Amino acid sequence: MTTPTTLQKQFKERMDYDELMNCTRCGFCQPTCPTFIETDRKESSSPRGRIALMKAVVDGVIEPDEGFERELSLCLGCRACETACPSGVKYGQLLEDARAIVAEHKKVPFFKRIFSNLLLHTLIPNRRLLRVAVLLLWVYQRSGLQAGLRKLKVLKWISPSLFEMEGSLPAAPSPFSRLKNSSAESSVSFFRGCIMDALFVETNQNTIDLIAAGNEEIGIPVGQTCCGALHAHAGDQKKAIELAKQNICAFETGDHEVIATNAGGCGAFLAEYPHLLKDEPEWAKRAVQFSRKIKDVSSLLNEHDQIDGFEASPQLVTYQDSCHLKHGMNVFSKPRQLLKSVKGVEFVELDNAGMCCGSAGIYNLIEQEMSMQILDHKMEDVKRTNAAVIVTSNPGCLLQMRLGIQRAGLEDKLKAVHIVDFLHEAQTK
Amino acid sequence: MLNPSFCDQIKELVGSSNVYTDSVSLLSYSYDATPNYQSMPQIIVEPGNTEEVSGIVKLCSEYEIPIVPRGSGTNLCAGTIPVDGGLVMLFNRMAGILEMDEENLTATVQPGVITQTLIEEAERKSLFYPPDPGSMKISTIGGNINECSGGLRGMKYGVTKDYVLGLTAVLPNGDIVKTGGKLTKDVAGYDLTKLLIGSEGTLAIVTEAILKLVPKPESKKTMLALFENIENAAQTVSDIIAARIIPATLEFLDQGTLQAVEDFAQIGLPTNVEAVLLIEQDGSPDAVVSDIRKIEALCRENGAFSVEVASTDQEAAQLMTARRAALTALSRLKPTTILEDATVPRSKVAEMVRFVNETARKFNLQICTFGHAGDGNLHPTCLTDARDMEELERVEQAFEEIFAKAVDLGGTITGEHGVGMMKAPYLSWKIGEEGVNIMKSIKAAFDPKNILNPGKMFGKSTRKRVVIRS
Ligand SMILES: Cc1cc2nc3c(=O)[nH]c(=O)nc-3n(C[C@H](O)[C@H](O)[C@H](O)COP(=O)(O)OP(=O)(O)OC[C@H]3O[C@@H](n4cnc5c(N)ncnc54)[C@H](O)[C@@H]3O)c2cc1C
Ligand code: SF4
Ligand code: SF4
Repeated sequence: MTTPTTLQKQFKERMDYDELMNCTRCGFCQPTCPTFIETDRKESSSPRGRIALMKAVVDGVIEPDEGFERELSLCLGCRACETACPSGVKYGQLLEDARAIVAEHKKVPFFKRIFSNLLLHTLIPNRRLLRVAVLLLWVYQRSGLQAGLRKLKVLKWISPSLFEMEGSLPAAPSPFSRLKNSSAESSVSFFRGCIMDALFVETNQNTIDLIAAGNEEIGIPVGQTCCGALHAHAGDQKKAIELAKQNICAFETGDHEVIATNAGGCGAFLAEYPHLLKDEPEWAKRAVQFSRKIKDVSSLLNEHDQIDGFEASPQLVTYQDSCHLKHGMNVFSKPRQLLKSVKGVEFVELDNAGMCCGSAGIYNLIEQEMSMQILDHKMEDVKRTNAAVIVTSNPGCLLQMRLGIQRAGLEDKLKAVHIVDFLHEAQTK
Repeated sequence: MLNPSFCDQIKELVGSSNVYTDSVSLLSYSYDATPNYQSMPQIIVEPGNTEEVSGIVKLCSEYEIPIVPRGSGTNLCAGTIPVDGGLVMLFNRMAGILEMDEENLTATVQPGVITQTLIEEAERKSLFYPPDPGSMKISTIGGNINECSGGLRGMKYGVTKDYVLGLTAVLPNGDIVKTGGKLTKDVAGYDLTKLLIGSEGTLAIVTEAILKLVPKPESKKTMLALFENIENAAQTVSDIIAARIIPATLEFLDQGTLQAVEDFAQIGLPTNVEAVLLIEQDGSPDAVVSDIRKIEALCRENGAFSVEVASTDQEAAQLMTARRAALTALSRLKPTTILEDATVPRSKVAEMVRFVNETARKFNLQICTFGHAGDGNLHPTCLTDARDMEELERVEQAFEEIFAKAVDLGGTITGEHGVGMMKAPYLSWKIGEEGVNIMKSIKAAFDPKNILNPGKMFGKSTRKRVVIRS
């Protein structure tokens, strides 16, 4: 057992005290924080509160007890608070550092450890294994096994929410689909991601096609891997660093100026490699060079004047921001401009579109109750728009919105689509 | 340690899910927006109605446990720091708008309602609740009433006290009183409503308020005037008032503040000018246009090199929002931001601003100034580092001189942030020993056991007045 005092010492040594001091406790961040709102304004479940708690641990005023860990865990890491903070407090980094310290000191129960090792260390960073998993899913879905099991509601006995979530999984792509690389000598290189690459091969292909249609050569560097965001958010900074280094190496080959991403979560994390590698001098410069090139697909398409080339049947469309795209990469008007440019589309703004949908990486698995509460409130806002399509920019959000649609019983009125797929379909040529 | 039987009775009264004693909860209510103050409470309680508040207060009175009523903790005078431990009372469960009376133009609300929520609700009915402190997205009406908060619209519309018609409040012995009502005229006895407004949670706990609403102005225009020097900007403020124009908003920001605000808001504010005035006028369209034209002329006469009127509502809103972020934005520059609240008669704004700048130079400090120039309420804000004891000492000295100057100019030590713990040592500078004595007797009459927000308003020590040579 580690005693709280060693944990406390770690906090003292490793937390960025200047950043903690930067918070003036003005509270401007609070009205934007989903967990603050959903807990009926509980100070400790707000950004200001969490920062005060971290500082109190560093100052030795409180011990990093279970309640403290609870509040860290309840945070979505959506970083809406960062956008709202006039003082520029880098909350996301504080959270990540705090979680890493706690995670390193925690004796994780055996099964949970095996599971997370399997998932985060073995499966996700390994393209081939991930493919096998998707293949199994494909077999499961196609063979009638899924239909059968769903009828029997076996999963529901084990866990009702797992049952719900499993039902909202996308149809696994055929094991024969492969990304078609367009060019090696390219000005733009594509970051394919892990989940995107396995479950959303079509979306990745559509991204490549769209960018290529804008007369931009695009290539897919080999050797790239998962961005590491899921690891870092779960407190596994070491693994994240390892993956980051691998990605930096992979993208240093060739002389492309832009690294295109189509998942808000990955993009924002890739852009933050310099912080992740801040303690490794020999990597710092390379990380900065790498991160400067990151560009989200919406921004890229906007630049290429493709904006006139889209047309769809008349429909009401709304947009849910990907938190990390908006609050991490500062991209929020570009996707809207693109959608508004599609002929036939009537765009309707979603109330609180910039507020997290509760997906937040693996948050919906770990903090299910809060996640579903946030999602159900989100769906009330969505319902009010009367939109037929809700567009997102991140795989996690997309799956979560599908789950939300299912929970709200809106399957026949509303569908959720990734912006790339929506635009690809609306492309006229 | 709290008496276990006290805790049990509290839990029985409000339900144990509304009582917290874990260290995370206690810590979360050990601070407010005031830098450098922190103290742990012993128990947090969220009552659901006036009767429960009364029950809690009776118990606290019996066990002599201090009570700190707390809204959102955005006050800047350490008003919600539980210096003597005890119980922190929250109003998150009492956050309803109970009634919008469109015939009497009143709103009846619970103390926990967020200021902005009320403003929006009123506007939906084409009504208007003018008090709009910079913190309005976060602050509660209970906090506004107890600090008598002013806002960006204070110049024309006044401050919170001008909009409170009646209160329901729980006294320190647990009695429930109702003051005022939906009346414009009422002289039955002492004006307890006004006495409780700005009492900073030291006299009673507000559990309901009847607020006055006014018709929503038909139109408004917002403009930004840029000046090459501070004196000219300040002179313009005086000239606008002398010309008998009362703008809804007349805000002042100096260069340092502008830079910080632009860093955050990124809306293209100029950062190379010494001062700007942010001006808003509302009312009937004709009157607004004519006023704005006159103000523009006055700005130009005083050497403004640019005067621009916001072309869309969105642009106007952006400007106002950016201004509201000024204080927090300033804290980007240095680890600790100490904001003061010196207020002078409006004709003295220029002189005061100049004095602040001289004082900053004298003590080798970085002090930015912004504020509600229209009502003379300035916020000289010192950027420092709480860990630098030597500098902090100079900050103290500088602010002492600034307060003294404000009082000498016929002003006050706090225009809207309240006394709390922060200004307690200076209270007598403004109201004299006699004033402090009568206030102390009022406190004793309400709260003989001194259980309601103890340690606030009246400091243990009083500062000696520094002599200012002008
Ligand atoms: C960035 C920023 C900008 C600000 N701008 C302005 C401004 O423009 N104008 C201005 O006037 N102030 C301003 N303030 C100060 C502050 O926001 C106001 O004083 C506000 O009214 C406090 O509201 P609150 O709900 O946070 O109250 P709190 O800070 O929680 O409490 C304030 C006081 O009221 C008491 N209190 C709270 N609720 C009750 C109740 N129900 N019964 C009895 N006592 C109670 C508390 O004990 C305390 O003494 C600003 C603060 C910040 C951080
Ligand atoms: S907005 Fe920024 S400075 Fe203000 S409380 Fe939140 S994190 Fe702290
Ligand atoms: S990251 Fe999101 S959930 Fe976490 S404190 Fe900030 S706003 Fe709240």
